[in-house]
Formats: sequence, structure tokens, C-alpha cells
Amino acid sequence: MSASEHGHGHGDQAGGHGHGEPQSRFIQHHFDDGAHQFESGKLGIWLFLGQEVLFFSALFVAYIIYRHNHPEIFQYAHKYLDVKMGAINTGVLILSSLSAAWAVRAAQLNQQRLLVWCIVVTLLCALGFLGIKYVEYSAKVHHHTLFGKRFAPTEAPDGTEIEQPDATPGKTEGGAPAPKEPLNTVGGVKAQPVPGAAGPPPGSAPVVPGDPAASKEEPASAVSGVGVLPAIEAQKTAGAAIDTHASARPPPNTGMFFTIYFAMTGLHGIHVLGGVIVFIWLLIRSMKGHFGPKYYGPIDFAALYWHLVDLIWIFLFPLLYLIA
Amino acid sequence: MATAATTTHSGSPGDPPEPSYLTVKRGFRNWIVTLDHKRIGVMYLIGITTSFLLGGVFALLVRTELFLPGSQLVNEQQYNQLFTLHGAVMVFLVIIPGLPAALGNFSLPIVLGAPDVAFPRLNLFSFYLWCTGAALLLLSLIINAADTGWTFYTPYSTTTGTAVVPAVGGAFVLGFSSIFTGLNFIVTIHKFKPKGMGWFQMPLNLWGIYSTALLQVLATPVLGITLLLLLVERIGRIGIFDPALGGDPVLFQHFFWFYSHPAVYIMILPAMAVMSDLITTFSHKHIFGYRFIAYSSIGLASLSFLVWGHHMFVSGQSRLAGMVFSALTFTVAIPSAIKVFNWVATLYKADIRLQTPMLYALAFILLFTIGGLTGVFLGALNVDVHLHDSYFVVAHFHYVMMGSALIAFLGALHYWWPKMFGRMFNERVGQVCAILIFIGFNTTFLPQFVLGSRGMARRYFDYDPEFTSFHQVSTVGAFLMGITLVVSFGNLVYSLFRGKRAPRNPWGGSTMEWQAPSPPPLYNFYAHEQPVLYPIYDYSDLYWDETEGGYVRRPGAKPEAEGYEP
Amino acid sequence: MLQYLLTFVVLAQPASGPGAEAEKPATSEAQPADKAAGDKPAAGAAGETKPGDDKAAAPAAATGNPCDKNAPRPTNKPKKTLPPVGPRTDVQSENYWMPVANSDMAEHVDGLFIAILAISIFCFVGITIAVVYFAWKYRSRPGHRAPESSSHNDTLEITWTIIPSIVCVIIFLLGWKGFVDLNTPPKHAYEITIVAEKWKWSYKYPNGWVDENLHVPVGEPVRLIMRSKDVLHSFWVPSFRVKQDVIPNRYTKIWFEAKYPGVYRQYCAEYCGDRHSFMKSLVVVHPPGGFKRYMEEAEAALLDMPPVELGEYLYAARGCNQCHSVDGSAKTGPSWKGIFGETHATSAGQVKVDENYIRESILDPTAKVRTGFNAVMPTFKGQLKDEQIDGLITYIKCLK
Repeated sequence: MSASEHGHGHGDQAGGHGHGEPQSRFIQHHFDDGAHQFESGKLGIWLFLGQEVLFFSALFVAYIIYRHNHPEIFQYAHKYLDVKMGAINTGVLILSSLSAAWAVRAAQLNQQRLLVWCIVVTLLCALGFLGIKYVEYSAKVHHHTLFGKRFAPTEAPDGTEIEQPDATPGKTEGGAPAPKEPLNTVGGVKAQPVPGAAGPPPGSAPVVPGDPAASKEEPASAVSGVGVLPAIEAQKTAGAAIDTHASARPPPNTGMFFTIYFAMTGLHGIHVLGGVIVFIWLLIRSMKGHFGPKYYGPIDFAALYWHLVDLIWIFLFPLLYLIA
Repeated sequence: MATAATTTHSGSPGDPPEPSYLTVKRGFRNWIVTLDHKRIGVMYLIGITTSFLLGGVFALLVRTELFLPGSQLVNEQQYNQLFTLHGAVMVFLVIIPGLPAALGNFSLPIVLGAPDVAFPRLNLFSFYLWCTGAALLLLSLIINAADTGWTFYTPYSTTTGTAVVPAVGGAFVLGFSSIFTGLNFIVTIHKFKPKGMGWFQMPLNLWGIYSTALLQVLATPVLGITLLLLLVERIGRIGIFDPALGGDPVLFQHFFWFYSHPAVYIMILPAMAVMSDLITTFSHKHIFGYRFIAYSSIGLASLSFLVWGHHMFVSGQSRLAGMVFSALTFTVAIPSAIKVFNWVATLYKADIRLQTPMLYALAFILLFTIGGLTGVFLGALNVDVHLHDSYFVVAHFHYVMMGSALIAFLGALHYWWPKMFGRMFNERVGQVCAILIFIGFNTTFLPQFVLGSRGMARRYFDYDPEFTSFHQVSTVGAFLMGITLVVSFGNLVYSLFRGKRAPRNPWGGSTMEWQAPSPPPLYNFYAHEQPVLYPIYDYSDLYWDETEGGYVRRPGAKPEAEGYEP
Repeated sequence: MLQYLLTFVVLAQPASGPGAEAEKPATSEAQPADKAAGDKPAAGAAGETKPGDDKAAAPAAATGNPCDKNAPRPTNKPKKTLPPVGPRTDVQSENYWMPVANSDMAEHVDGLFIAILAISIFCFVGITIAVVYFAWKYRSRPGHRAPESSSHNDTLEITWTIIPSIVCVIIFLLGWKGFVDLNTPPKHAYEITIVAEKWKWSYKYPNGWVDENLHVPVGEPVRLIMRSKDVLHSFWVPSFRVKQDVIPNRYTKIWFEAKYPGVYRQYCAEYCGDRHSFMKSLVVVHPPGGFKRYMEEAEAALLDMPPVELGEYLYAARGCNQCHSVDGSAKTGPSWKGIFGETHATSAGQVKVDENYIRESILDPTAKVRTGFNAVMPTFKGQLKDEQIDGLITYIKCLK
């Protein structure tokens, strides 16, 4: 008994060995037949999707940790996001998933024109998604609601003006015992004074250790298990008591929300772009009639990928836009 | 069937019916776009051994510098760059890809009797990614080599002025090379097993490759996102690891070690797998405890995801986390111990041939035992508090990464060399090198355990004078090992030109690759000679044939019915 | 520029505000410098803000030369000197594997270490003997065949799974207990704050004294509250078997109780850059009464020092020696030898190295970086009092 027979089922794809039916010219030599190739590809794409989930996982973990430690940052900052646009994007992606699934069906049923149109709709939706994301991103650039130190909005989410932090250095407020040096002075990179940013006040000396107005960091204690510094807590409440415009001013380190927002939606957007490229390639091939009932693996696998991209967005949307 | 295999044998001056994979379609251009898994494996092998020599040069420079306290060859910043590049090159370019990409690529389809891996184009793409990653690491070396340590801890890695971006970028790209290789292997094992080879009739080599591939696919993406975040943090100052902006530098460690602990199992599982095959072959006897070894491979792969915090007992993580990780670490020690016992039991009542690959396998057993046992010290919480970041840890991981994984790589390379290139290397030189490498390795790293427990910290350019004598012994051992390694590679390369032609089965292996010609043709087996699946690890019908110059199955030997279990 | 100077002026107030955080007393003891201002007119006066004022030249008034350490003193009392730190007492290892175990917790660690070592040696020797014996006894030779043997034995497998598991559980429990002890300081422990930065350790005592070495009393628990000013470091004292990473913008803690007096090595154990291996200090365990005596003597000596000696002391104690040499050799920063009075090219044009420039370089080091050097010097704003800066200036002036 030759060992070259491979123990696998025959599946839906025709072209099983020994039946004499012509196979698609895209079946590769080392596979027994189309079914073998299809099943291998299917397992392959599921493994790829598994690793994609893990690729995003660290961002979800970071989200959980930072939101657990600083719910006030998330409560405040998510209001800067436009829920309407996010909802439109969600609808657009769901529609594109539908058209991608329909494209697979069309290929299976040899409906070549429908196949092409479904891919076109998928592409248009994907590009629409990217377009709306561009609009959202540029709004954030305009309002200075960006990541990390670049978070420097002049308006609160409800439109009220934000009072800029006090510019006098040397004022003590509860005696912070731990002077902070912004990390970017180590290694020689000078701190850039950013107007109204959570950093040194404009125009002053770049490095002001011991200046409470400059000390805005909060330790992420859940990760470490070490308690929050009591002195910094005191400073926070002291600051809140003194500050009459506390509700308008963002909590310290609100930029962290946008760090996570841009990391998650940015990585997702890169994957959408990747999907766009793949679907353009599939469009060209389907216009040439490469696909049909005997060979539709690439459409199936790309659609699976696309469903995952959609699914990730369906998680991102409520986590970022719909915080209660 | 099997007898047909003996008509074209090694010593014959006649031409084989097909050209081998090495000579069909010659020329650089044909190699660089090849889809043949064997050629891809050979290209990986060339890249990996070159990287190994480069990493080895860095190691010898480090050890020379440490011969005495104070500066000998380099200043402190250059020293930091040396150990960083040594670590990054060895981990990312040599040990992680080593066994799977170079030797696994070559052997896996042939062991299955298949013509190629499931996705040959993806395989080539993985190789291109490896080359890109290597180029990026070299770029970092050329510009201003990174000096962060291969672990890239923040905040140092986000603030230092050296070329961290290409180094991290290179590691990122290499991660995807690893992911795609793993993906390829999982699908190949699932979909290309021959009829009659169920999961428990697979050679243990494949169990190891399979477990490794699962880790490659599931763990490496976390490294990918971690390094990506590090790059964005360094370039864009997004703040995710920056405490001044609300971030947490310890979070980087969690993310990093979530991959890097499974990574060390990516390094050791293929090594254990190949060693299982080697030990049984050279014992000319079935392996002892097949199922337990198979299950322990999967067990190690699963448990390896749960123990990352044992690299971080003193990092500032909570005491509860420390306790949980310590407890889980002890659970992951047990499957490794089971394997060692099973290998030793395989030697019992065997028929042992102490040829070069077997010497490496026996060295592996002993060195892995030391490596694994010293891990127990590091799993115990309060002992680890003292030993963490000391030379004890350096010695431990060199025992498992070099003394085990690399020794296994060398053993496997010698094992499959005749199959890959159709030549026998000089056996005496091979044996002497194996013994000298064993001696040199222990000379280098045994003193380092004592250095560590006595108080010598790692990544130190300068040290207190009381540590000098241990460092000197270690340096001497390192040079002995380095020279011997070069000689052993030279022995292999020399065989390409002057080695005796190899038979199909020089060692008496029972797995399917030993039925293929040495070296195999393009589709691994001649068209008229499909391989036969024999019961796993059954040597009863294998005997030495003088005319063939190798082992053959007794003519008329019948394969057992399907479902045979060892 | 004006704001710059105003910042200096405002922050140079040593007695209150963030500028004095380094010297903040936990007891009611006043600032040593303030006290000195009342006693001796010669020592640097608190509250004075004019930098470079040569008030500190008074002890050498007889000769007018600030560099003369042996100038006749204003009183007849002999000059107080800083108590010296003796040589290390832990160079020789107590046993083959470990340095001296200077606490009960260290002894527990050693006990567990030796137990694991014994088990490991037993296992390793056992396996080696088995491998070597089998390889010899069952070696292939003409006529030899592998005798019949079974391919598996579930009882054996279970046995050699269960026994190591039990051993591992015991080791885990012992290790855990020791770890819990390590993280549970007694309530009455003496607290010392440690600040780690590239590349020096600063030990700040409750009375405001800042030292470059860790001084502790014998037989009393000491708790260390640690933070980093820049990257990750790790505080390791091998003789106590204690180690803890030191993290920026967060406090981590560790404690120990020394059993025997002596001088023990302390290392940084988390890679932190170029001079990571030079970032070490000493743990000085004082015999009973010695610790209190040391603290009193140290403060007194410091107050008594002429500025040039104070500068020399600070050069080592505050870590300037990590990056600046005094013999002309090149390091991360410019050598101080002969530098005073020279004119250099800097990032802000040509600059004469005078008192003002030195003061500025201490408080705002990235303002005018000398060409050929990187802007890596951390600031000492809030960490050096005016008298200390005066002392450094005088010291630099005297380095010909």
C-alpha cells in the first residue's frame, strides 16, 4: 500500500482524484486535488486568524488595565469621540462582511458577475470605513486630542473652554515628595514646552523637578501591586479642592486614553488597508474568471479574514465609543 | 516495494534515475526563488550558521573582555552593545529559527512521505522575512548597535541614543517569519500525514515540531505587538510605557515575557523532539514511553503560557502574582523530567552505537538535566530573589539554550547531513569535537553558577576582583568551545568536497526519510519508488548491508497493519 | 532668560519648598545648614541667594587661598573628619556557593538553596551514572543484540511523575514562605529612602542626611523605600539575599535585619546603561551604638569642612565621579582638571568656565552643553544646597 495516499475527506470541491474531471489550473502540484488544497488553506487561514487575535490581545489587555486603574480618564475622554461616525463605521463594516460572504457563495454557485459586484461592494465599504476614520483622525489632530503628551485640548468634550494649568513654578501644593523629571530629558532629548499640555508650563525652564504643576503621572498600580503613592493622592485631592474649574479640566494623563485609542484603531485600520489590498487582487482575478465552484479558496479565506477584521471593530466600538 | 530502493544505491558509479534537489536547476537565481522545502532549508542553514558564527564572535569578545576586571578590549558602552547583539543574534536569528526552519523544513515532508510542505510560497516568504530581519539587525550593528540587552526593557530602550529602532524592527520581522513557519508546519502535519500514520504513529520528532509550531503561531504575535508598541513609544512618545505620561514600564515586561517564555519552549521542544528520534535510532530500539513523551510535548507547550511571571519576581509585580507564577513554574518542570527519564530508559537493554549524533544526544541529556535542575532554583521564590539578574541565570539559560538546544541542533545536523548532502563527514573528527564541545561548554558555564550565587551580577562590564578566577576559567572554556565548533563546522563543510558518498540509511533510522535517496530528488522520492510506512521505531527488520554501505530493510519485510501502536 | 534666573532665585531657598526636599527632616531637627548659619559665620548662610559669593573663604582667611585645606582654623579645635568606611568584610565567601549570610532570611535562603542543590546533585549523578552505565553495558558490538524489553511501563511513569511533583511542591512552599517573610517588614523598622539614578545610589536618612553608602544598625530591622529617577535599576545586597527592582515614578520596598556588623557590597542588578557595573555602594552595618555615632559624626564633619573639602567629598558622594574625572582623563563628561577659567565652545556659543557657569551646569545642565559631549547630565536642582554648590565650585577651582 503506497504511503502517498493521504487520509483526508473529499469535501464539496469537485476534482477528487481518479474521477477524471478537469481541475482548476490553480491547484498546486503537491496537493492531491482541489479538496486537499482547500482544506489545507482553510486550516491555514484559521491559524492565521488565531494569531491575529493574539496580535491585538496586548492592546485589549492594556485597555483593561488602564481603564481599571483610571476610570476617570476613560469617562472623561471618550466623550471626545463621535458616536455617530463610529456607528456608521460599524454599519459599513457589517455590510461589507455581508457582501464578502455573499461573494463566496457566488463563487461557489459560479455566479461570476455577482461575485465581481460583491467584491466591489466590499471594497467600497472598506474604503468608506477608511474615509470616515480619516475624518475622525483629522478632527482629533485639529482639536489636539492626541496621544501621550500631545493631548492638549482647548475645549472639554461638552464645548466649555479648558483653563490652562497655572504657569508659576515653585508653588507647593501638599508637598509632593517625589520630584518628577520628564523622562525625555534623560538621554539628552530636550522637553518641548507644549502649550497647555500636561508638562512644564510654557516658557519656563525645561526641567523643573519638584514642581507639582509638572508632576502629573499616576502609577499603574494594578499591574504592580504596589499601592498608589499617598502623597500623590493627597496632591490630587488638594488640587481638586483648589481648582474651581476641575470639571472642565481633563484628569491627569488623559492622553493615555488616546494612546490606546490610536493604537487600537490604528492597528485595526492597518488591517483594513491590508484587506483592501487583498480584495483588489481578488477583484482583478475574479474579473479574469479565475474562480468558480472548483476553486474559490482565496475568496473564502479573504472573507474569513474580513469577518475577523469586522469582529475586532465590533469589540472596539463599544469599548471606546460607548463607555457608559 | 522496499527492494526497489536498493537498486540505486550510494556506491554505484551509475547515474541515479533523477538528479538530486541540489543539482536540478542550478544557479543562484534558481535557488533564491525556489519553492522546494529542501533548498529553503539549506538556505536557512547557511544563514543560521553564519549568524551563529557572528553571535559567537560577539560572545568571545565578551568573554575576552571579562577575562580581567576593568577594560581590556572595549569601553563600557561597546561592551553593552556586544552583549546585546550577541543575545539578539543568537535568540532571534539562530536558536528560535534554528531547528524548525533549517532542519525541520528539510525533514518534515520527507518524514511524512510528502512532496513538500503545505504552503511552499509561504515557506519562501518566511525565508525572505528571516533575511530582512537579519539585515535590520545588521543595520543596527552598523549604525550604532543597540545597547539595551536583547530584552529591550523600558524605559532604557525608549530613551537610549543607540540604534534601537532597526534592532527592534528586525526582531519584529523575524517574529513573523517564525509565525508563518509554524503555521506551515501545523497544516502540513494535519493534512499531509500518510495513510496509516495516525497521531500516535508519528515519529516523536513531529510531535515536537507540532508543539513548537503551536507556540510559534500563538505566542509570537504577542511579541509582535509588544515590539510594535515599543517602536511607537520610542518614535512617537505615545506614553504607554512611560510613567511620566501615565504608562507603566513593568507592563512592557509582562507583554515581553508573555512571548519570551513560550519562546524558550520554541527553542527546546524541537530539540527534545529530535533527540527522541536520535536516541531511539542509535539505541536501535523502540523509544520508551512514547505516549508520555508525546503528551509531555503538548503539556509543555500549554503550560509554557502560564509561567511568564517567573522572570519578574522582583520587578514590582504583586506578591500574589509571584506566588502563582512560582507554583505554575514547578508544574512545567515535571514534563521535562518525564522526558529525561524516558530517554534514559530507552538506553536500557538497547544496542547503542556511540556515533557522532549519539554523542551529541547523550551530551544533550546531561546538559539539559543540569539546565532543568538549575531552573528549579530559580522557581523557588526567595532563592530567586537572590539569584535573579546574576550569573546563575546566565549559566542556567546557556545550559538550556546552548547546552541543550544548540547541542541538539548540532546532533540533528550531523544526523541528517548525509541525507541532506549525500556525504558522510569524518566520524572520528565528529566524535572528538562532540566530546570537546561538551568539555568546553561545562568549563565555560559551570563556574558561572558559582559566580552568580556569590554575587556577580549579569550584564556587568567591570566586576569586583574576587570573581576574577572564575571568569578566567569561563573564558578559557569559551575559547575551547569556539575553536571546536569551528572545527566541527569545518568537518561538515569538508565532507561536501571529500566525504564518502552516503547510503540512504547510514544510521539505521526507522522513520521514512531514511528510505529516500541521499540526497533526495526534487519531490523527495523517485516516482517509481514511493516510501513505505513501517511500524514506528521498529528496528527488527533493519540490518547493515555491506554492498549498500548502509542499513536496509530485510527483503520481503511486511509493514504491520494500520493502527500499530508502539 | 529672566524667568530662568528667577527660577534659580526662587528655588535656591533651601529651607522650604521643593528645593529642600532632599534634606527634609523627619524629626524636628532643623536643617544642618541653617543651624550652622547661627553658629559659624563662615559656613554658607541659608537664605542667601547670590551664587558664587565667596563667603566660604573664611577658614582660609589667613592666607586668602580657598584651595588650602590646611589653613589655620578659626577655633583651636581640631578639624572634624568624616568617619571612614572600612574595607569590605564579605570578600571571602563563607561557603563555596554563597557570601556571608547576614540575616535570618538569608540563612533560610541558603538552607533552601543547599537543599535544592543536594537534590539536584543526586538527580544529576543518578542520571549520569545511568547514562554512562547503559551506554557501556549495552554498547553495540559484534553479536550483541538488544534484549527484549517493554516499550512502556505506566507504573514507572506515574512513579517518576509523582515523586518529583511532591518534591517540587515542598520546594515551592518553602520558597513561598521565605518570600512572604521578605515582603513583610516589622512595623517598627527603621526607614531609609533610596534614590537610584544613572549611575549612583543616594541614601536619605530620616534626619535629612544624604549618604553614598547605606549605614544601618546591627540587629534592627531596616526598611528601604526606593525609587528611581530615570530608568529601571535594582537594589541587591548579596549578603542579605535581598533584591528589588527600583522603578521610576513609583516606590518599591524591601527590608532586612543585619545580624553581624561589617561592610558588605551592594550592586545594581538591573541593566541601566553604560556604567551599570559601576553603580555599586556599600552597606555598613554598625555595631550597637555605632550607627547613631556615625550619623552624628558625619553631620558634624560635613558642617566643619572647608568648601574645597566639601566639594571633594560631594564629588564622590553625589556621584559626579561617574562622569567627570579630576585627572584629565576623558569620561562621559568633561574632566574638571584645569577647567576653571578656560573658554569653551558650547551649544550656546563660547562660554567662560566661571562660578556662574558651573552653578548653571549643576542646576540646568542642558542649557550650555560643551561641544563634543552629549547632553546627558541630570539636574541637581533641589538636591544640592547653595553651600554644597559653593563647595563644588571651590573644589573645581582648585583642580589645576
